[in-house]
Amino acid sequence: MSDRSTLRLMVLGILIASLLITMISRLFFLQIVSADVYTAQASSNRVHSIETQAARGLILDQVGRPLVSNRTSLVVSVDRQALHTQKDHGQAVIDRLAPALGMTPTMLSYRLELCGKQAHAKPPICWNGSPYQPVPVAKDITEDLALKIMERRSDYAGVTASLEAIRVYPAPFAVNAAHILGYLGPVTDGELADQKALMEAGKLDPNGPRLRRTDLIGRAGLESEYDTQLRGVEGIKRVTVNLRGSVTGTVSQTTPVAGEDLVTNIDAKLQQVAETQLKAAIDKARATKDPNGTGNYRADSGAVVVMDNTNGHVLAMASYPNYDPSLFVGGITSKEYATLTAASANQPLTSRAIQGQFAPASTFKIVTASAALQNGYTSSDQFDCPSSYQVGNRVFKNFESHEYGQLSLSKGLAVSCDTMWYQVAYKWWLEAGGNNPGAHPKDPVEAMAQAYGIGRRTGIDLPSESRGRVGGREFKTLQNKQLHDSWCTRARDGYPEVAKTDLPRATLLQAYAADACANGGLFRGGDAVNMAIGQGDTVVTPLQMAVAYSALANGGTVWQPQIAKGFMRGDGHVVTTIAPKKVGSLPLTAANQEFLRSAFSEVTSQSFGTGYGPFQGFPLNQIPIAAKTGTGQAGSNKQSTSWFATFAPANHPKYTVVMMVSQGGTGSGTSAPSVRKIYEAIYGIHGSSINPARSVLYGGEPTSTFPKVTVNGEPIYPEFHDATPVSGGGAATPVGQTPSGSSTAGVVLVPVAAGWLVKKRSRPRRRSRSSGVIRR
Amino acid sequence: MTIAYPTTLAKRKSTSYLQRLDWVLVGGALALSIIGALLVYSATRSKQADAGLDPSSYLKKHILNLAVGLVLGIVISRFDYRLLRAYTPILYGISIVGLVLVLVPHLGHTINGAKAWFLLPGGFSFQPSEFAKIAIILGMSMILSEKRDAESEPRDIDVIYALGVAGVPIALIMLEPDLGTVLVITCAVLAIVAVSGAPARWLIGLIVAGVLVSFLVFKLGILSPYQVDRFTAFTDPTANTHGIGFNTTQARIAIGSGGIFGQGLFHGAQTQGHFVPENQTDFVYSVAGEELGFVGAVAIVVLLAVILWRAIYIAVRASDLFGRLVATGVATWFAFQAFENIGMNLGITPVTGVPLPFVSYGGSSMFANWLAIGLLINVHMRAKE
Repeated sequence: MSDRSTLRLMVLGILIASLLITMISRLFFLQIVSADVYTAQASSNRVHSIETQAARGLILDQVGRPLVSNRTSLVVSVDRQALHTQKDHGQAVIDRLAPALGMTPTMLSYRLELCGKQAHAKPPICWNGSPYQPVPVAKDITEDLALKIMERRSDYAGVTASLEAIRVYPAPFAVNAAHILGYLGPVTDGELADQKALMEAGKLDPNGPRLRRTDLIGRAGLESEYDTQLRGVEGIKRVTVNLRGSVTGTVSQTTPVAGEDLVTNIDAKLQQVAETQLKAAIDKARATKDPNGTGNYRADSGAVVVMDNTNGHVLAMASYPNYDPSLFVGGITSKEYATLTAASANQPLTSRAIQGQFAPASTFKIVTASAALQNGYTSSDQFDCPSSYQVGNRVFKNFESHEYGQLSLSKGLAVSCDTMWYQVAYKWWLEAGGNNPGAHPKDPVEAMAQAYGIGRRTGIDLPSESRGRVGGREFKTLQNKQLHDSWCTRARDGYPEVAKTDLPRATLLQAYAADACANGGLFRGGDAVNMAIGQGDTVVTPLQMAVAYSALANGGTVWQPQIAKGFMRGDGHVVTTIAPKKVGSLPLTAANQEFLRSAFSEVTSQSFGTGYGPFQGFPLNQIPIAAKTGTGQAGSNKQSTSWFATFAPANHPKYTVVMMVSQGGTGSGTSAPSVRKIYEAIYGIHGSSINPARSVLYGGEPTSTFPKVTVNGEPIYPEFHDATPVSGGGAATPVGQTPSGSSTAGVVLVPVAAGWLVKKRSRPRRRSRSSGVIRR
Repeated sequence: MTIAYPTTLAKRKSTSYLQRLDWVLVGGALALSIIGALLVYSATRSKQADAGLDPSSYLKKHILNLAVGLVLGIVISRFDYRLLRAYTPILYGISIVGLVLVLVPHLGHTINGAKAWFLLPGGFSFQPSEFAKIAIILGMSMILSEKRDAESEPRDIDVIYALGVAGVPIALIMLEPDLGTVLVITCAVLAIVAVSGAPARWLIGLIVAGVLVSFLVFKLGILSPYQVDRFTAFTDPTANTHGIGFNTTQARIAIGSGGIFGQGLFHGAQTQGHFVPENQTDFVYSVAGEELGFVGAVAIVVLLAVILWRAIYIAVRASDLFGRLVATGVATWFAFQAFENIGMNLGITPVTGVPLPFVSYGGSSMFANWLAIGLLINVHMRAKE
């Protein structure tokens, strides 16, 4: 053989060696240098998360009665992806499933369409969730149907039946409390986008708990305020799956941590009394003829607040009109929502107690009287109470033009004299410079109103609270700043749109605008006297009034009102106790406070008091009631606002009750009788006899402790008797084996012949858990 | 060079077959085949189980293939290869018939775009192009080593004959079309011509022709869409190539996530999760990369290197040109086929669908590989001193 041959063989050998070296180099690059990159790719490739919803925390009243609870519902979901891979795009499955759910196949098909231009139906019929998420098509199906669906997999390919937790409102004693409790609503695209932005900014762990498209979050009330605590932490099981989505192994697993139970200061029984009495006041007003008008009082809305004035705890709070929070469970229909938001419904979603703003009228005299005592007047001063008082060219009348002559401060409050305060306020106004005030004019009423917490949010633990407004100099300046330009534009251009139909009115409005343009920021004498009796620009929420009266009652502390008492876990462990929060104190001597408390008690105890009538027969000698009536003017075509603000016992105050009925007439006629009933319920008063055992409050007074729980994690409350778990899985839960708040109590898995795991409830009262859903 | 081997004919004749065996070569091939069996088992057991079939069915068939291959190798190694030359035309003829028949409608079966298989009962199949490789190597070696007076190198006419012998089956395989196999055979042909001592102009001419042909084939759209996809996927793995880009990407992810020591046999998530298609055949190397890691993947390359080193060594030591050319052909075949296969797993060569010698599942391939080992042993046993 030639040398050439051997040489070429050697070259071939070198060539082959270089191929081998190439392969090893590439291997080194892939497996050593870039291993991290590929490992990350590999895990995102095949790891999917299965979320197990955490049971949402319960909302309990102060003794443990569940106001909001959970129950399980068997929900049917359809996996669109799975249907589309079938030969007929799942038509056979749809045809089979629809009748079982009591739907037509067409309706079911519409439900499975993604919302958008192509969809045949609008939300909520079309599916506005993720295309990869199974679409829930029916809830509360029977167990038989669920079994049928899960056992006959070939007939129902792509359809699953699973247990899901939904909110339920046990409504003990038929309480509503909707404005306190709130409701849940689906996560919005905006919230998901915000979350994504946070995650991209590195402020949120992408593998941690987060909102999913199918999650529900608190949209109002406590559900919204304490959403984080109630929500808990979902369990995330990260599993490896193969190309077809079958699970091949578990990477990591966190068990769901149930949401904490929110224990409120609300007492369900008292809440029920408050709701009933508010409704009674409204019904009574509606049956009463308005002496200043043609028909009866409209009593369109109202609110009542019951507070423990020693700590700011809200014991009951009701608003009328209200709504049924269970409407929102499982998604409110557009029809239901339209009904709720219709003009005729008069905004039932709005809590009048914390969002409604009304002129406080004479109940505001707590502020004016305090200001007087703080600014030179004494408890022994005599005041003149004529039937009317002239400020400039305007005549301000006493209520119903009564004339009382000379009277003391306390009697002035009891009879609710207005003109005495006109004089005081006008005097102060003149002292502050009248129409030509200095740089920092002194306004004792404005200052005292602010001290009482009026004109700022009370800070109650509920969302969307209104601020109210002190209609003093600060407000005038601010208003002028905001509206000056538009006033001047109107002064120049007039109101052509009004002029078309009502020329005189347009002329009048233009004159007002011209005046406002010229003097808008001016706090006039008329404003000052109006403000002194709680009219004019001053508006308050019923809750603000309750906070103010509580402050005088408790010796000068302005509390932040609290609905929540604290949080506890399912095993009874108290996680958080919310301490009373002081937000201010009254600049008033103890003696003056004492004097005022006594003066207000005369409203009910003295025959000349405006609240005397409604409290006749009430054991005032044992439980003196300090009170102030109010009958507010709310505009030209509105009937007067009925107020009744109280605290008791006047000599040793504990409770504050404030009731307001919009367009409800007088304070004494409409609200006072209902407030009396509330006190009777609190103290267990029957006729004139007092029996603490009859009190609606368990033990006769507010409960400061947290409720105990059963081994199953059910709160024990006074009416709780049945502690035997309903058998489901068979074995009863051993004592001492408590669910510990992060348990999977409520659902046990029982294998059945078909190989499907049937979820059965072992502890139906307490908790429900939803099953996991694979989300890609 | 010959230290470890018997040096006299007399001695050689007295030593036994087993003693004269190149144990390094056989050991390397056996080790690869056994690793292959494990990898094939790992790749198929859960797929099979999911489908309700015997999880070890591929493992069993792979071992059966190996056993048959061993027998074929032993048989062919016991012939004096000089006698084998007499049978070469017959073997070649059978191959051509097989390659023609596989193209006949209803006889040949198409897998992954190539009409290259006969389906046999019992889940077995037969791929004539694997045997054509051996036929071509033997045929060309025979022609180019034909003794002629005073000539140490083949004449032009011999080269033309030899190319003709190779050209017919190459053309037939091209019609299947199985471009990967064509590429492997072409490299072997080129190496055989080179080592035969043919004039350099033949080599240069062949290389230039090869480049031109491949350019024209690609440009003139002679390739099937399936083949175009494979090349597109190579240049741009994200392009829509009907899943081929997906295959290579997933294979690379599998290998990359193996790290140094791998995720453990039967524990590769990509493999066990069925993310890499064809991972008992074309992409079997991804299983090694993922489950056995860099260490295992390099071990396979090293075992291949051992086989190739022995093959080249046997070619160098062959007692005549025929033996040398046969060994050269086998070495080149193994080398380029392994490079194509591992290269496509690693993303450095296009997807061509050739099996990894000894490791990939496949009967025809296993038989042909062991026949080739038999030929190498045969040449080795009759090596010059």
